[in-house]
Amino acid sequence: MKVALFVPCYVDQFYPKAAIATLELLEKLGCEVHYPKNQTCCGQPMANSGYEHLTGGCNNLFIDNFSGYDYVVCPSGSCTLHIKEHLHAHDNEDMATEIRKRVFELTEFLVDILRVDILEASFPYRVGLHNSCHGLRGLRISQMSELVAPAFSKPAQLLNLVKGLELVPLSRNDDCCGFGGTFCVVEEAVSSKMGKDRVDDHLEHGAQYITSADLSCLMHLEGILRRQNSDVKVIHVAEILNNSIQ
Amino acid sequence: MSSTATKDHAELAAIFNRDEPRVDWHDETLWWVRAKRDIAAHKLPEWELLRETASQIKNNVLSNLSTYLEQFEANAIKNGVTVHWAADAEEHNQIVHKLLSERGINRMVKSKSMLTEECHLNEFLAQRGFDVIDSDLGERIVQLAGEPPSHIVLPCIHKKKEEIGDIFHEHLGSAKGESDPKILTETARQHLREVFLTRRAALTGVNFAIAETGEFVICTNEGNADMGAHLAEIHIASMGMEKIIPERKHLGVFLRLLTRSATGQPITTYSSHFAKPQDGKEIHIVIVDNGRSIQLGREDFRNSLKCIRCGACMNTCPVYRKSGGHSYHTAVAGPIGSILAPNLDMKKYADLPFASTLCGSCSNVCPVKIDIHDQLYKWRQVIVKAGYTPTAKTIAMKGMAFTLASPTLYRAAGKMGRLTFKYAPFAVNNGANPWYKHREMPKAPEQSFGEWYAKRKEQKK
Repeated sequence: MKVALFVPCYVDQFYPKAAIATLELLEKLGCEVHYPKNQTCCGQPMANSGYEHLTGGCNNLFIDNFSGYDYVVCPSGSCTLHIKEHLHAHDNEDMATEIRKRVFELTEFLVDILRVDILEASFPYRVGLHNSCHGLRGLRISQMSELVAPAFSKPAQLLNLVKGLELVPLSRNDDCCGFGGTFCVVEEAVSSKMGKDRVDDHLEHGAQYITSADLSCLMHLEGILRRQNSDVKVIHVAEILNNSIQ
Repeated sequence: MSSTATKDHAELAAIFNRDEPRVDWHDETLWWVRAKRDIAAHKLPEWELLRETASQIKNNVLSNLSTYLEQFEANAIKNGVTVHWAADAEEHNQIVHKLLSERGINRMVKSKSMLTEECHLNEFLAQRGFDVIDSDLGERIVQLAGEPPSHIVLPCIHKKKEEIGDIFHEHLGSAKGESDPKILTETARQHLREVFLTRRAALTGVNFAIAETGEFVICTNEGNADMGAHLAEIHIASMGMEKIIPERKHLGVFLRLLTRSATGQPITTYSSHFAKPQDGKEIHIVIVDNGRSIQLGREDFRNSLKCIRCGACMNTCPVYRKSGGHSYHTAVAGPIGSILAPNLDMKKYADLPFASTLCGSCSNVCPVKIDIHDQLYKWRQVIVKAGYTPTAKTIAMKGMAFTLASPTLYRAAGKMGRLTFKYAPFAVNNGANPWYKHREMPKAPEQSFGEWYAKRKEQKK
């Protein structure tokens, strides 16, 4: 199975550990993983700011990099959703359509495609799971609280396979962290208040780590935790799932 | 309203956030309403089917709006009701003004109508010497406070009971320092009773207008619409033209959804049907367009007209909960207001579609399945193309798009960024960076993933 690893720009630059864990985890699970080296960004920062018309260059580059693989896997729900919903190319629409079908967020790929039900991983800590909105309501990797429908969570299903890990309950399971791309600077006051309230929920329930399938949310929550000099850390779900038995 | 008109949502929200305990109180109050909505929805296993049915009925209405409106008008006229058509807010206000003037009436009681807020009817009539009293308790409170409603269902949700006590003490003569909701409500009741008994004209909104029968339905919890309309000589019902439903049987779908979504109640206390005027009295319906035809013609935004004004999207919206309704500087606040307002004035409301993280909660609580967060995204594209964004932002975005489209430039910029973070943190950790005000910047790692991967590949050879 030929898998292309799609590492979002800010993960590449600021959170290489999460990308390394994703790569190692996929290799451990038997995938032939390729990292197309000329990849940059999915274009979401421009598109969500109202400049989708400027994302043609990013789209073409994405298609050049990610054509011809069985799957494209990404450790970010938000970037995956952007590709799924907005990857188009005037001269290459067939290929764009093909990639939109083949792109997966990591936890949905592990659950739905690789059907992982055993993991050799250990993480003996109390962990709060932050549901990223784009993973939750966009990709539906978990059930959202708004709908009257059966509950499920692909990230939680995987985390529950990890030895020693205890998922802490939260008061608000799927309230947004307030990152929102450029929202975090344009609406600084509301954004940081939203982040602070999310952090408080995890702290009140005794989390030692906050994890998520999306690093953009974690980057936001980490900024708040570090400002508070908290001992609580953020960690991408891939790093937990790839954590070998100690 | 006028004092806030020049500030945008972000500025107004920042002011609201200066009092953090108040933000917490506001957030928790609305989250409590959202939680009540969840409990009510989960009691109906058929909830999602109901939402889908309501959505399809409204889609049908929007596709055949002119036919249903004409059918409604013909049946209403048969019932002895007078029907007026208003192209915009100004015409609506003129019609109401004329109906009152012709009868020598200068005082009117009004129940909840977001449409009259949208049309600024109260100000229009006040300027011409008319006295209008809002009879919905929440609306009366904000009216006495000289403020617009901050929420379409819970107009004074931003006020604490102690503040309401002060307003009542000043205007209605309740005891100083009295904040017991029961006593305050009784004070309002006595005050409004006198109003109901003495007003010759009553204006109400319309929740649903049934094409098949020409009747209309008004939902209230306080019975105030009924009190006003039954006692007055003339009942004026102001209705947005999208309020139509085809048949009476469809009403059940909407009544089951409306209050469960709004407050978690199974049904409104009063769902009153008005069809024919009583002997010697008059009913007038004013059907208002005010931009709705234009919205109907915008393919991406037309289904915003399915809205039944339940307010569920506001209660669930984390941005609304933490910024308050007045930050939206428009009659209908929150997510739904942010997709309706740019249709009325794109320049004035250019900020609103950006007052969202696109978290999508709104679209999924919406009882008629409006794709609110997708429309917020689409409005952003329209507003940028129309040129209503700051030039600096456009220049920054063009630079970003250019850099990200080139692997070489991207790698160079990434390296520069990380080096800056590492060796010149003062360049980013300062007051000019809004992120840094309440949050630390991410730590810069030694190498990017791309650099790590290239080295690993070298070693493997």
